Amino acid sequence: MRNASHIFEDDLSARTRAGKRWQVVFLAATILAIISLTLLLINILNSVFGFVVLDSKVDPATLIVDGIPLEDQSSDQLIGVLKMNLSSGAFNKLEKEKSFAQRDRAEIYQLVEERVLKVEVLESWSLLDSIFKQEEVKAEYQTLLETHPNAELKFISWLTRQRLVRPQTSEVMTTGIRTAILGSLWTIFITILFAFPVGVGAAIYLEEYARENWLNRIIQTNINNLAGVPSIIYGILGLAIFVRTLEPLTSGAVFGVVDPLTANGRTVLSAGLTLGLLILPLIIINSQEAIRAVPQSLRNAGYGLGATKWQVIKAHVLPNAMPGVLTGTILAISRAIGETAPLVVVGASTAISFDPTSPFSKFTTLPIQIYQWTARPQAEWQHVAGAAILVLLVLLLGLNAVAILMRNRLSHKY
Amino acid sequence: MKLFATTQKNNGFPVKPNRLEKKRRFSEDLVQLLLFLAGILSIFTTLGIVVTLGREAWLFFRLPEVNLLEFLTGTTWQPHIQQFGILPLAVATLVTTAIAMVIAIPLGLTVAIFLSEYASQKVRNTLKPILELLAGIPTIVYGYFALTFVTPLLRGIFGRDVVNIYNTGSAGLVMGILILPLIASISEDALTAVPRSLREAAYGLGATKSEVVFKVVVPAALSGISAAIILGISRAIGETMIVAVAAGAGPNLTLNPFKGAETMTGHIVRISGGDLSYDSIDYNSIFAIGLMLFLITLLLNIISQWVVRNFREVYE
Repeated sequence: MRNASHIFEDDLSARTRAGKRWQVVFLAATILAIISLTLLLINILNSVFGFVVLDSKVDPATLIVDGIPLEDQSSDQLIGVLKMNLSSGAFNKLEKEKSFAQRDRAEIYQLVEERVLKVEVLESWSLLDSIFKQEEVKAEYQTLLETHPNAELKFISWLTRQRLVRPQTSEVMTTGIRTAILGSLWTIFITILFAFPVGVGAAIYLEEYARENWLNRIIQTNINNLAGVPSIIYGILGLAIFVRTLEPLTSGAVFGVVDPLTANGRTVLSAGLTLGLLILPLIIINSQEAIRAVPQSLRNAGYGLGATKWQVIKAHVLPNAMPGVLTGTILAISRAIGETAPLVVVGASTAISFDPTSPFSKFTTLPIQIYQWTARPQAEWQHVAGAAILVLLVLLLGLNAVAILMRNRLSHKY
Repeated sequence: MKLFATTQKNNGFPVKPNRLEKKRRFSEDLVQLLLFLAGILSIFTTLGIVVTLGREAWLFFRLPEVNLLEFLTGTTWQPHIQQFGILPLAVATLVTTAIAMVIAIPLGLTVAIFLSEYASQKVRNTLKPILELLAGIPTIVYGYFALTFVTPLLRGIFGRDVVNIYNTGSAGLVMGILILPLIASISEDALTAVPRSLREAAYGLGATKSEVVFKVVVPAALSGISAAIILGISRAIGETMIVAVAAGAGPNLTLNPFKGAETMTGHIVRISGGDLSYDSIDYNSIFAIGLMLFLITLLLNIISQWVVRNFREVYE
């Protein structure tokens, strides 16, 4: 009591002023948090667009055939360009890898870009620099022109349609994220196949069947603890269990379908299962909440009609819990799509240019690709990494939007 | 009863006594078994983590060039010259975590207080999804942000010769932004769970809004807030991609946040990035570091659950 009277002795106007000050502090902190999110997004857009100085080994003007510029030439004309500019050995090697008759125009055009033009980035600028420091950009370009007479100043978007459909290469201007996107899709497909049924099953067991005993208490506590284990630990677990111990299974040897290019356990299957273990606790916890929200009266009505326990769950509990279960699952999956660390440990490939074709293929994923590009010291790779991040964020934003829509559309109120 | 008897008589059949005990159905039992197996899988996951980490770490510590005391107190981590002191890695983890918490605790708590006590319903409904969005961005994107935005910013402010390209400071700052929504959202749940009557009582005694917040609401929600902070620390210790991208490669025993230093998680990622051959000393060492990480984060998680269980104020 004495304490309380002491508090209220103070000058009232001073106390009100203190209150106002705190309100400003709280508001400012919140605004700061939002600013950091905005900066994060602006920073990515800032690196995806901007001026570049490009230089090609061969002047594109010399490659004009019958007055048609390179971009508009047909497949046959482009093959002619290749034949003319490559040594016959190099040309035959390309033919051997995959015959030119089988390659489509886009593929051949890419070869011309990589092998003949050899476009190089001499200098690149961010979007903000491109807008506000145009003088510097122009001056820099003039100095570069002295040493590289063919150099060309261009304003480009680092994210183009071609980047989406092209496989990974070692050249910054021609590399794409097709391999990475397909790798992500394959991995996530395996993850869903494993984690969704097991996760929902475990949630049903814990909510509908489990009696209050020591075993079930341990299971529940354990799941809560697993949700807090750092993702990299799951990577180490995946490396030891899926990649190494279960190698015959994850490399496909058991099924006699070993991918000759992989031939070890560092496959899409191992990656998918590792991510599956990682998001399992999330799916279980979210599904449990959804199942718990189904009112007991619905179950009792089912039992009253003579239904068995599983019939009640199948026909009443699950359909009513489904919106919550699916929302939780989608959020867990978007977590899995963005995970990088466990997959690096499991053994994502650093450079692959062919699409994954089975669960036993080597893999890379979008976040892994971003990591590898970001880790390179040359500035121009940061732009490509930014473009890949933009794709990843759009993908995740789409998934989250679906989850929110589903929650709003399908949810029942009792 | 009477009605029942009459119907039986009218039918004229000898009626079997109705068996009310449950009939055993094979398919029902099978379903229950399958669901139980799904539930028990989580136990096997934990066992798997403990057994694999434990076994490989055991192999590591049994190597003649390694001993536990040196591992815990040694100041150099140079596997190729048989120096296995975890301190450089652990100190780097400590520095990044400390910087992250300096950002995340005050900002996270003030955001939580603003959302639960000051913001109108409308403001809260727009801000909460934004925070959730912030929490849903993959950590590699934060790493990119640290390297391409925060590091140049720090170098611009403090000078290029003071701040290295790779430094623990920028990784820690961005990690703080990453953990902010986690702390904000758990603390906000704890604050909103404090019953309205407590606030009204304080207002009734003539307290101002900020006095209600600091002397009534925050103390009442303290267990939830502490749990949020502990979870945040555990998350920061286990965070990998931000430090792998921005904090630098190569163990370095330093407290200077402007110098590069590899953290425990960063080291695991770099070592396992190539094709790691099994049973090599590098392979075994990541399990030893992993075991340390697992034990630290598990301990923190258990403490946070214990805090919530034992210090929570329960209101009718």
